Amino acid sequence: MSTRSMPFRGSFTSREQVSVYEFSWLATVLIPLIAIFIQAFLPTKIRWLPIIDLPMMVVIFFAVARRNPISGCVTGAIIGLLQDLLGGPAHPIGMYGITNTIIGYMASSLGVKIDIENPGSRFLIIYGFFVIHQALYYGVGHGMLRQPLEWSWSHVAISALANAVVGVLVFNLLDRFKQR
Amino acid sequence: MDTLLGRYKNLIVLAAILFAQIIALAMQVRRPAAEGETRLIRVWATAAVTPFEEAIVHTQKWAHDKWSGYVYLRHVDQENQQLRAEINRMKLEQARLAEDANMARRVQTLLAFKEQYLESTVAAQVIGTSGSEQSRVLYIDKGSSDGIKLDMAVITPTGIVGKIVQVFPGSSQVLPINDQLSGVGAALKALRLQGILKGAANGTTTLQYIMSDEPVKLGEEVITSGGDRIFPKGLPVGTVASVEPGKDLFLNIRVIPSARLDRLEEVLVVTKIQDKLPDAKDLGPIRASDILSERLPGVPVTQTVDAAGNAAGTASGAGNPTQPNGAPSATAAKPGAATNSGQQNAAGSSGTAKPGAAGSSVPKATATPASKPANGGANSAPKPNLGAGTTPGASAPKPVRKAPATVSPDANPTQPATPPSAQENPPR
Repeated sequence: MSTRSMPFRGSFTSREQVSVYEFSWLATVLIPLIAIFIQAFLPTKIRWLPIIDLPMMVVIFFAVARRNPISGCVTGAIIGLLQDLLGGPAHPIGMYGITNTIIGYMASSLGVKIDIENPGSRFLIIYGFFVIHQALYYGVGHGMLRQPLEWSWSHVAISALANAVVGVLVFNLLDRFKQR
Repeated sequence: MDTLLGRYKNLIVLAAILFAQIIALAMQVRRPAAEGETRLIRVWATAAVTPFEEAIVHTQKWAHDKWSGYVYLRHVDQENQQLRAEINRMKLEQARLAEDANMARRVQTLLAFKEQYLESTVAAQVIGTSGSEQSRVLYIDKGSSDGIKLDMAVITPTGIVGKIVQVFPGSSQVLPINDQLSGVGAALKALRLQGILKGAANGTTTLQYIMSDEPVKLGEEVITSGGDRIFPKGLPVGTVASVEPGKDLFLNIRVIPSARLDRLEEVLVVTKIQDKLPDAKDLGPIRASDILSERLPGVPVTQTVDAAGNAAGTASGAGNPTQPNGAPSATAAKPGAATNSGQQNAAGSSGTAKPGAAGSSVPKATATPASKPANGGANSAPKPNLGAGTTPGASAPKPVRKAPATVSPDANPTQPATPPSAQENPPR
């Protein structure tokens, strides 16, 4: 059990300091792997599951809990690359890697400044990051690789809503693995 | 300098990680994996994930089988009765369809149409997906060790699913027809118009390259055209859900796949397709009426002389392999004289010959170079062991065996004269 704190440099929370959490190495390894496994396996049983991005939620969760941008980027890169490995021929390795690296960096940078312990802020953060995640993926796929991706605001908005709802529940579950 | 690095440490690390991944992306785009080649890291990842997926799927299936086979047997008796009734109904249907199929096969044989047969398939279980909306690939639990190869078709009884795009030792990756990279040769069943069925990023499938002036109707069936050399011709693909004008004078036809691509559990991988002609031998006894209906004009009239010097109108070519080559003078052709082929013999044996038609017994006509066939009909008397130097009429009539066939003279009344050489090259 270790607890660290870092000086608060922003003005978005009334707290003087925000807590920095750590995780056991087992949780650090297994949580992303289980998230990727569920993401790959469950869509065979639940047809709408691909709109939920569990690995992205895990990236955001670790990033805002650790509040360390370097740790956030590395976690995002590793989880994203693992996700890429299960993709098809239209999915070069690195697309999710780049996307999740940036998400991890942004989430950890944001986590330094605001408190995301309550469900409302978590909902908004996940919603916002999902939209950014989709935009980055579209930018990498369509802009860099010239893939025939389609952008639909309505689809992204609905998917972001679903991800935000599920994300709040997932964050509550993952809170059990935090070490203070 | 140290202060500067320390200050921008986070950004530098971010830039470095992104740069490395962009370089990796660029390398993949510049040097894509060759056909059939899979990146080693993907092989490792798949090998790490698929055993767990297989274990869960097989455990789930085992539990489901035990439950439904031993525990949950409610309504089974009622279901059995329904199925029996269904079987009886389908038996009647099958008898009717078998007749149609036999007729179709005969016609195909006549026209030398080749059919594609699914010679062997491997059943596989869907164990995973890519987990991404953008890439809709599926993983199945059969791989190269089960004989799975690239570009094999994956189907279900209700419709096609996709094709194999990556093969691992114990699993394979399937590109479904609704993936944006997919393209399948398809055709509208009623209109017989061919196009290409393409997937889209949102998971829909559209039939492209159908001209906008074609009267495509909603609900029309779409089948495989066989043009992609992956899916055999005639497999169900889906039904037309909407028809809209597209770009460049083509229609934009949205197709709902017949196979439930979002709820696949078991699929069949087509491991061997064979092109072959339908085998008429498998069709059983051929009726005289079938033979008569299949006759084509221009069948040669041949009349040969047996060893005893009896004239007989015989079939030539494949229908009568015992046809001697050494009786040219005994071959006669005359308008109105019907001939026999192998099939015609069968027709004759089925009792369509008119009374008095020669061939059903030893012909009485003498062996003259242009002897008239008795009753204007054809005579058929296969004569084995007829030597090349046999002289017509040299010996007493002696039937070798009963001539198997005769055909009524009206079977081919417009039979033209046929040169002797036509014996060796029958038109059919």
